[in-house]
Amino acid sequence: MISYDFEYFKPSSIDKAISLFQSLDQQGKEPIYFSGGTEIITLGRVNKIKTGAVIDIKEIPECLVLKRESNKLTFGAAQTLNRIRESQYFRFLNKAIGEIADHTARNKITLGGNMCANIIYRETILPLLLTDSQVIIAGPGGLKQLPLNEVFDQTLRLQRGELLIQIMIEEKESELPFLCIKKRRQWDVGYPLMTIAALKKDQQIRFAFSGLCSYPFRNEKMDGSLNNQALPKEARIEEAMRQIPAPVLKDVHGSEDYRRFVFKNTLLDVLDTIGGTEIE
Amino acid sequence: MNKSEITLNVNSEERSVYVRHSDTLLYVLREELGLTGAKPGCLNGDCGACTVDVDGQAMKSCLMLAIEAVGKKITTVEGLQNIPLKTAFIKKFAFQCGYCTPGFLMNSNSLINNYPQADDIQIKDCLESNICRCTGYKEIEEAVKSVLADGSTGNGNY
Repeated sequence: MISYDFEYFKPSSIDKAISLFQSLDQQGKEPIYFSGGTEIITLGRVNKIKTGAVIDIKEIPECLVLKRESNKLTFGAAQTLNRIRESQYFRFLNKAIGEIADHTARNKITLGGNMCANIIYRETILPLLLTDSQVIIAGPGGLKQLPLNEVFDQTLRLQRGELLIQIMIEEKESELPFLCIKKRRQWDVGYPLMTIAALKKDQQIRFAFSGLCSYPFRNEKMDGSLNNQALPKEARIEEAMRQIPAPVLKDVHGSEDYRRFVFKNTLLDVLDTIGGTEIE
Repeated sequence: MNKSEITLNVNSEERSVYVRHSDTLLYVLREELGLTGAKPGCLNGDCGACTVDVDGQAMKSCLMLAIEAVGKKITTVEGLQNIPLKTAFIKKFAFQCGYCTPGFLMNSNSLINNYPQADDIQIKDCLESNICRCTGYKEIEEAVKSVLADGSTGNGNY
C-alpha cells in the first residue's frame, strides 16, 4: 500500500501530457510520467519516490507504436517488454528483455520505464546503446530525435517535463551478431550481478555493461582495449579493467572482488565466442 | 484523503468502488471488494502470490494501480470456475500450504490460454514468475504439463 495520495491522469495525446506536466509542476505537485509504473508503485510503497501526480502515458498512440517499416524498427516507450519480445523484431533486445524481472512482471514493465528507471540495471539500454539507436523525445518545444548515445550518460538526460516517446533502430543494426550474458549469484531468477552485452560490427566488438557500476554504460576506451588485437585476450581484459569509469559495485549480491572476478571471466567467454582472432 | 468512484469489471461483474488513486489493485480487490483470493506476499512484484488476470494477461496486482484497471477485464482466482487446471493441481498434489496456489493458478491459466503449445522453455519462463516456499515446483509443473498435454484450455468464466 502506498501511504500517500497522488492524482492520476491519463492523457490521450503527447501535447496534453506535456501541458499537463507543466501545469501540475507549476502547482508544485512534482508530477511523474507513469508508463508501466512498477518502479513508482514499489518505491512509492517504501517512500523512496514521492509525487503529487502521475501522468499515465499508456493511452498516447505514439507511445504504443511497435513496427518494422522502411528498414527501421520503432518501439513506443509504453510498449510492454513482453509485447516487444513477442514481436521478434530485435533479437538482441529480446535476449536482454528475457532476463529482466520475470514473465508476469514483463506484462507490466515497459521499454521506456526500464530505460528511465532508478534501478541500476536497466538492461534494455545495452543493446540500444550498441546499435546506435535514436530516441524521440517530446517537450514543450515539440519533438526532437537524438542519438541515444548523446542523451544517455548514466541516465537518460531528459529536461524537466520532457517525455521519451519512441526508440528507433536501423533494421540492419538489429541483424548484427551479438552476445548478451547475464550473471546472477544464485539460480536463474535471482537478482542480477551483472550483464555484459557485445555486438560485432565491421570486425570490431562493442561492449556495454550493466551491474558492474551503479549505472549501465558503454565506454570507448574499454572498447579500444578489448579490440586491441596486438595483445592476448587476458591482457586486453586487464587493460580494459583499468579503465572502468566508476567504482565497481559492492553490495549484497556481490563484493567488488567477486564482481571483478566474474567480469574478467565473462569477458573472456565473450571474446572467445565472438572475439575473432588472437595474435599470439 | 481523496477518493474517487471507479467501476471495475471483476469476474464478469461491474463493481463500483471508491479508491485512492494510489491504491494498488491488490489492495482494492482484497480490502474493498472482499476478494481475498489474490494473496499479499512480497508486495514488491517478486513472489507472484497476488497474480490475477487482466485482459487475458497474468498481472501481479501489487504492481498495478486499481485505477489503471478501469475498462479492463479482471479475473481473480474466485472467477476461475470449472477448469481442468484446478483438478490437475489436486491430482498432482501441486500445493502444500496453499498460500501461493491462487497466484500459480492464475499464472498457469494464462500460460495455458496464451501458449497452448508451450514447450519446456516457455513453461519454465512463465512459472519462474511465482515463488512457492514449500518448493512444490515439480508438482506444479507436472499439473500444468498434464493440462497442456490434454489440450484443454484454461479459460474459467471470463
